[in-house]
Amino acid sequence: MVQNIIDVRNLSKSFDISSKEPGLKGTIKHFFRRQTKTLKVIKDISFEIKEGEIVGFLGANGAGKTTILKMLCGLIYPSEGSILVSGYLPFRRKENFLKNITLIMGQKQQLIWDLPPIESFYLNASIYDLDKFEAKKRIKKLSEMLEIDEELFIPVRKLSLGQRMKSELLAALIHEPNILFLDEPTLGLDINAQRNLRKFLQKYNKETNATICLTSHYMKDITSLCKRVICVQEGKISYDGKLDLLLKKLSPVKEILIVCRSEDDAIKLENSGFTVKNKIKNEITIKIENDSITSSLKTILNNFDIEDLFINEPPIDEIIGKVLIKKDYDS
Amino acid sequence: MIAKLMNRKIFTLLKVQYSNMLEYRVEIALWAISGIIPFFMLNIWTNNNLNESINISDVMLSRYFLCAFFVRQFSVVWVVFSFEEDSLLGKVSPYLIQPLNPFFRYFAQHLAEQITRFPFALIIAFFFFIFNPESIWIPNLVILLLSIISTFLSFLIQFLIQSIVACLCFWTEKASSIERLLFIPTLFLSGLLAPVVSFPAYVKSWIYLTPFPYLIDFPANLLSGNETNISGGLSMQILWIFLLFPLFKKIWSEGTKKYTAMGS
Repeated sequence: MVQNIIDVRNLSKSFDISSKEPGLKGTIKHFFRRQTKTLKVIKDISFEIKEGEIVGFLGANGAGKTTILKMLCGLIYPSEGSILVSGYLPFRRKENFLKNITLIMGQKQQLIWDLPPIESFYLNASIYDLDKFEAKKRIKKLSEMLEIDEELFIPVRKLSLGQRMKSELLAALIHEPNILFLDEPTLGLDINAQRNLRKFLQKYNKETNATICLTSHYMKDITSLCKRVICVQEGKISYDGKLDLLLKKLSPVKEILIVCRSEDDAIKLENSGFTVKNKIKNEITIKIENDSITSSLKTILNNFDIEDLFINEPPIDEIIGKVLIKKDYDS
Repeated sequence: MIAKLMNRKIFTLLKVQYSNMLEYRVEIALWAISGIIPFFMLNIWTNNNLNESINISDVMLSRYFLCAFFVRQFSVVWVVFSFEEDSLLGKVSPYLIQPLNPFFRYFAQHLAEQITRFPFALIIAFFFFIFNPESIWIPNLVILLLSIISTFLSFLIQFLIQSIVACLCFWTEKASSIERLLFIPTLFLSGLLAPVVSFPAYVKSWIYLTPFPYLIDFPANLLSGNETNISGGLSMQILWIFLLFPLFKKIWSEGTKKYTAMGS
């Protein structure tokens, strides 16, 4: 049985935030008397993640996804509840725990700006106690996987965003961590760079059985990498389960455009009991529930003279977008 | 074993930071030149014959200010500004989850910068001797070694003081403002503008209880050959390091609990 590598129980996080009214009056008031309020950004959440799983965290901006990742990797201290990652309390930042994890933030970099990435790689290697021979071996392996070569010797400031991101990944993975926390890793990358990064993460997961926790606003990242998603809404988990099930729940029907041979056939089909969305001459769009799609199509093809038909899958972004609006998907 | 690994980390950090600093060699040369306050002060002191009031000859005074310049070059610290910027922009986050305290990075950065600065400081000293040939002297090896140690201890004290102030970023976000408050006593009481011996006796007795005279005055007096209590000065430097280090560790451990990783 696969073990839980991450165990989160009743986790909450609050921040003290100061607010200021606009204008000069507000500024003066703010100078003499600060108004602070406590904002609970994560509210009593619990979940487990198994070793080797790739889990996507979904939610709107400010929902609390990144805060969860920051607590999981030990960057920030939880206000309430418990977190166990690989058997460690992350915030204690024990050396063995830190050697097991990595955090990659799409908009932040750890590479030294004015030096070629290779210098940062060797620095990281020594921080993680790797000898030069081992470091060289890992740099070679990872650079082949990431398809970077000459870029290793060019100052970071002269690299493109995609090349920089690949180098960031290499720097973050040189110690071969078992758990990867990725906060919008494809942010700002072009389509090809995004695809390459996803391919790399899949390969890394397959080869090392690493656990990956990922947040991204690019749905392609989520759909191509994650079988399981955790939806976060206003600091609470609104869904935790398989991505396919979520998609089914959010989009239980498919729209099918049927082109009949004649308008008479279209009228017959319109009156045959299917839910019709619209009908224009011999073209009719009907809605069929996902569960009965095979049997319904069989009935239509056997009983009506059909010229063509198209199944319209609603765009994944549109479906997932509902995650940001709907409250609870288990109910 | 741990010491060996630590040394390897520090050595690699130093090597990388030195390469990084070499990218900024012009900037570092300018920084070195900008540290010539002691030479201005020397000018003010000698032109107004102020040294007579404290019984220091012109030659010894010029040597003192040259040494003050050297000590300052190798003990100047700016960690509070670097840490504040990194903390506010969230750059410190990736370093916090690495098995090495981020302050080691800043420490290596400072040391690397000092190594880069060294040739420029020598050039400035060369020109100083051209204009003041009577000030040329060669300190004996023991004094030179003790001065290097004392300058390094001075650097450590300043690094620890600023690191403690830098950790206040976890609470105030603008810790550099607090550092500016410390800059005033550092400027006046460290010996950068005037040897501490020139202060009235009752003020001096208080000054010597603070860490400030051990930052520049003591190492500069030691190197220039002025009369100074070597064992007392070194002991006070070590004592301040022993007092400041646990304070830094405590404030670091409390501060990181407050870290919100803003900007990232």
